[in-house]
Amino acid sequence: MREVIKNGKSIDEAIEQALEELHATLDQVTIDVLEEPKRGLLGIGAKPAIVKVILKENPIEKAINYLRDIVEKMGVIVEIKATQHDERNVECQLTGDDLALLIGKRGHTLNALQYLTNLVANKHSDHKLKIVLDAENYRARRKESLEILAERMAHKAVRNRRKVKLDPMPAYERKIVHTVLQPNRHIKTASEGEEPHRYVTISPES
Amino acid sequence: MDELIAAIVKPLVNFPEDIQVSSENSEDGITYILTVNKEDMGKVIGKKGRIAGAIRTIVHAAGRAQHQDVQLSIRE
Repeated sequence: MREVIKNGKSIDEAIEQALEELHATLDQVTIDVLEEPKRGLLGIGAKPAIVKVILKENPIEKAINYLRDIVEKMGVIVEIKATQHDERNVECQLTGDDLALLIGKRGHTLNALQYLTNLVANKHSDHKLKIVLDAENYRARRKESLEILAERMAHKAVRNRRKVKLDPMPAYERKIVHTVLQPNRHIKTASEGEEPHRYVTISPES
Repeated sequence: MDELIAAIVKPLVNFPEDIQVSSENSEDGITYILTVNKEDMGKVIGKKGRIAGAIRTIVHAAGRAQHQDVQLSIRE
C-alpha cells in the first residue's frame, strides 16, 4: 500500500500535493490529518498542516492479480485483458494455449475461477462488483449450446407430457434457459434444488 | 501444487500465516491436506461448501494437467 505524508499551509493544500505525488484523485485515497495548521501571530508560532494520504488498493486490480497468480501456478500461460464496462461490471478475456484446461468440463473450472475472483474483488470493494471471465469466446458458445439444449428439452417435455430436469447450472446459465423458453407457451420453466446444485425444470403447460 | 493451494486460499482468510499444506500418497493418488486457522474454516468452506467446491475444482484441473489424481482435504 502506497502512502505519502505532506505538509502545507492548509489541509487542502497538503492533500493536493499528496494527490499530485500519488497521481491519484480524491476518491482513490484515504486521508488522515496528522496535524491541524496553526496560523500563529505575525508568522511566529505558525505550524503547517500535516496529512497522511494513503492510496486505496483497487479491488479489481487485486482480484485480477489473484487470478493471474492462480492460473500461473496451475502451469498455464495466459494473457488477461480486463475491460471495465461500468462501475460494477468487468469482463476478463483470457487468451493463451492451454485454455481447455482453464475452462474444464462444461466450464466448471472457469466458473470456479470466476467465483473465487469475485470473492476477492468484493472482499476489497465498497460496492458490489461483478467480474465475468471468458476464454476463447466460451460464454457465447455455451449460451448457444444451452439455447439449443433448452429447445430440445422443451420439445421433449411436451412430447412426453412430463417434467424434464436439466443438469445443475450456475445462476446465469439457468437464466439463459429461462429467457430462451419464456416465449414458448406450451411449457413453463422453474428452478429447483439448492445452490450449488440448483437446476432448471421444464414442465408441459396443461 | 502446495503453492497453488496456498495462493488460492491466502487472500480469502484472516490468518494467512496459519495456512499449511502437506500431502499424503495413497492408492488413489495424492491427497493434499490444507490446514487453516479454526476461525477461517468458514472462509475456505463457504455456504453449502461452495468455496471448498471451487478450490477443489481448480486443484483437480491442475492435477489433471500433470496426469495426477489429486484430492484435497481441509482441516482446522
